[in-house]
Amino acid sequence: MTLELASRSPLPEFDGSDRGGPEQPLLIVENFKKHFPIHSGVLNRAVAAVKAVDDVSFNVRKGETLGVVGESGCGKSTLARLLMHLLPHDEGRLVLDGDEVGERHGASLQDLRRSIQMVFQDSASSLNPRLPILESVAFGPRVRGASKTEARALAGDLLERVGLKAERFGGRYPHELSGGQKQRVNIARALALRPRLLILDEAVSALDKSVEAQVLNLLAELKEQFNLTYIFISHDLHVVRFISDRVLVMYLGQIVEIGPADDIYDNPQHPYTMALLECRLSMDPDARVDNAPLAGDPPNPINPPSGCRFHTRCPYVEDICMAKAPPLENVLASKAEGHLAACHMTHPGSGHSRASAAAPAALARAATPILTIPEA
Amino acid sequence: MSDIPANLAIDAPPAQTRPAKSRGYWGGVWQRLRYDHVTLFCLALILLIVLSAIFAPWIAPFDPNKSSIIHRLKPIGVAPYWLGTDEQGRDMLSRILWGGRTSLAMGIVPVAIATLIGGAFGIVAGYYGGWVNMVIMRTMDVFFAFPSVLLAVAISGSLGGGTTNQLITLAIVLIPPLCRVAETATSQVRSMDFVDAARATGAPTPVILFKHVLINVVSPVLVYASTLVSAAILLASGLSFLGLGVSPPTPDWGLMLSTLRQSIYVQPLVCALPGVAILITSIAFNLVSDGLRQAMDVKA
Amino acid sequence: MWLYALRRLLMTIPILIGVTIICFILIKIAPGDPIKALLPPGATEADAARLRAMYGLDQPLPLQYLIWLGHVLTGNLGMAISTNRPVLSEVTRAFGNTIAIAFIAVCLSFVLSLVMGVIAAYRMGGLVDRIVTALAVFGISVPTFWLAVVFVIIFAVNLRMLPATGMGDSDSGSFNYFRWDDFKFALLPILALTLTPLGIMMRTTRSAVAEILNQDFIQTIRAKGMSEFQVTVHAVRNAMPQIVAMLGLQLGYLVGGSVLVETVFSWPGTGYLLNMAIMARDLPLLQGTILVLALAFVMLNLVVDLLQSLIDPRIKRS
Repeated sequence: MTLELASRSPLPEFDGSDRGGPEQPLLIVENFKKHFPIHSGVLNRAVAAVKAVDDVSFNVRKGETLGVVGESGCGKSTLARLLMHLLPHDEGRLVLDGDEVGERHGASLQDLRRSIQMVFQDSASSLNPRLPILESVAFGPRVRGASKTEARALAGDLLERVGLKAERFGGRYPHELSGGQKQRVNIARALALRPRLLILDEAVSALDKSVEAQVLNLLAELKEQFNLTYIFISHDLHVVRFISDRVLVMYLGQIVEIGPADDIYDNPQHPYTMALLECRLSMDPDARVDNAPLAGDPPNPINPPSGCRFHTRCPYVEDICMAKAPPLENVLASKAEGHLAACHMTHPGSGHSRASAAAPAALARAATPILTIPEA
Repeated sequence: MSDIPANLAIDAPPAQTRPAKSRGYWGGVWQRLRYDHVTLFCLALILLIVLSAIFAPWIAPFDPNKSSIIHRLKPIGVAPYWLGTDEQGRDMLSRILWGGRTSLAMGIVPVAIATLIGGAFGIVAGYYGGWVNMVIMRTMDVFFAFPSVLLAVAISGSLGGGTTNQLITLAIVLIPPLCRVAETATSQVRSMDFVDAARATGAPTPVILFKHVLINVVSPVLVYASTLVSAAILLASGLSFLGLGVSPPTPDWGLMLSTLRQSIYVQPLVCALPGVAILITSIAFNLVSDGLRQAMDVKA
Repeated sequence: MWLYALRRLLMTIPILIGVTIICFILIKIAPGDPIKALLPPGATEADAARLRAMYGLDQPLPLQYLIWLGHVLTGNLGMAISTNRPVLSEVTRAFGNTIAIAFIAVCLSFVLSLVMGVIAAYRMGGLVDRIVTALAVFGISVPTFWLAVVFVIIFAVNLRMLPATGMGDSDSGSFNYFRWDDFKFALLPILALTLTPLGIMMRTTRSAVAEILNQDFIQTIRAKGMSEFQVTVHAVRNAMPQIVAMLGLQLGYLVGGSVLVETVFSWPGTGYLLNMAIMARDLPLLQGTILVLALAFVMLNLVVDLLQSLIDPRIKRS
């Protein structure tokens, strides 16, 4: 089948071109918003909206692994799909290595797709059951214009790199592979387009622990070999800490905390993060959890609480929390080691009784902005 | 790339050195069909029926339209009219062989047309969703509001009889169910991650439809279409019975049943013969499509 | 509950409108010009035009549709050309006859399929199961009109036990189904109608009950000491939604599709009316009958839906 998609070269070269330089974030997400309208009634009018992603902004630095954690329904998977443009965003800007996506002289959708790829979670439906895995991996290069043989050669090479011998596994169908093997194929497929950024959406969540460890090690190897940047989405806090450089915590469609992994885990600033971390079970049989750190169900994303969305479950809630939503200040301008939390307690002068003029030590480092993003 | 580090060792299932070429989907289907004797027998039966219909002009002992006043309503088993004669003295065996052509054509052709048209609509509705889906499926819903026999009689009754009209009628009646099955299958496939992965490569929609969607949708649709063949044959013969099909003297099983009705007091067995032909053909197609469905249902 | 029913009714209205549109189109696609058929030979174009205007056939199609719809909603379905009586009264008279035999056929198939289906579900692969499967295949493969002819041959021609056609001497007003002299006319049509639904229902019952028997909660109640009979009752109760849904559908198909059987037996139902209309090219009667039958089918499905929502607690009625 001839695929006439414009491409600059038949075999996508490893795009080592670093247009923006090492200091330029690979990806800048600015004010991303995605609301899903709900239709109801006889006339099927939009009566409400699920605010899946609401005003989300953050940077992704080159070569880092950014972990994204949150409970189900916090919007992390929607965010992943927005970044890939599998879903159109309602509002917001995306800047890829200094070029704004969608602008005339900026990056095109094609460039975006060339640079960002995704590894999905559910390995049962993530591969076409009717295609041998070699074909599934070769599909991407074929779309870009590679010939059948070239694409297959590339696919075979990638399968080897993820640990599957091409002659033995290439002709197999997904149902003939184990979960771990399927995820390797998914990774190979994502890499076949030589992206710079790989989004891993719960990529290891469905695997057995031992297999998960193997795949994580593989991911670490590949990151070095291919000079990749990762966004690692997961609800498993242990795994995220293990693999991430920085971590971003989401709640009900918004970012509540962002910072270096160790900082977040050792010194969480947002009450939600604190509660999440306390939910982790310890290997120490003496350290038992008697009370559930987090009470109740997450509220409805259709009608989020006023002010700070977490205030209904927060042990430190005060009036200011219900009235005003605490912003995640200067998230796009902060230094690499910046640790920010969207909580009134961490903003001196916000009106919360615990917010002191002397900001907590961990936040002091984020005080001075280093980079300013040019206005569009 | 042969030096794979130890920690990347493959978690292979208890290894057998499998050949590089895997059996594939259709291989698996054939494996299961091989042991299904009933289905295989019916498949052979269908082949026999189809062949005898195709070669009817050569194997029929008599001219199916040659009438003979003196040989009217002869019983079964008496030479040379082995299946007797009808009320106009025409040889039943020849007429049944020739009638097979019309009846089979009326079974298969409308289904093929309806599969193409209904399948196309269903795939479009299933893939694009939104208002496209709503428009197409609500229109089909209106057709579903009629029981199939009623719809067939209604369209046929308005258009009038004749072969082309019968084909059109049957195709119209069969399009909504095929569309629905195609739409269901397509929207299921659409929601799978690998379609998103294909979209993420930047492939144009037609490529995704053909390479990824179609191969997953084709088998449930074809299996369903095969179950409709026997229904089409029954509907077609019913329409002919009411006089809405081919016009006499063309041999057609349904029409033959109708004209022979007056003679049931004289030669009941002969009069029942065309129906037996319909019954056998219909059963054969039903059992084959059942067997096919079972063979394809198992997730290897 | 009533709110749910109202909402479902509202959702049915677009379909009902669609049905009327199709019925309207049906007449329009009929070949031949009805005006020409009515004019005497030697009539001029002006005469034709006047006649056309008189019948409102010179108006644009959507307007014709709306006028026609207005007539329909007031109960005026036109006059049957062949009998010169109002279509509506013909159809309503015939409808009762069709509903009667269809309903009895469905009840019969329900009872039989319940018994056979449950036995088959319990003894999968056993004799009853194989009979059930064979009957099911037979039921969906057999041409009903042929079956009707065969019944006539067996019972009327050979055994001379039952009448071959008609409804007997008493008209549909005084027809008493509980009197053998009357009922014997209905018996063969009912039997001919029963076979296909019987086949389908047996299969449905068997698979529904078997699926439920496989579920874990059955083991639980057995372990609690319930007798096998009680277990069966439980299983059947859980299978009821599926069975009832299929039953309703079959009733609808019988009502809509009875034309063939009624033709064979000259049973004066809506199917027979359809046949008569086709043979006489009586378009008003054809259209009217189809319209009534289709609307009845839609309303029947609605009733079955509502019934299902009552007996199946899993359906949300918010």
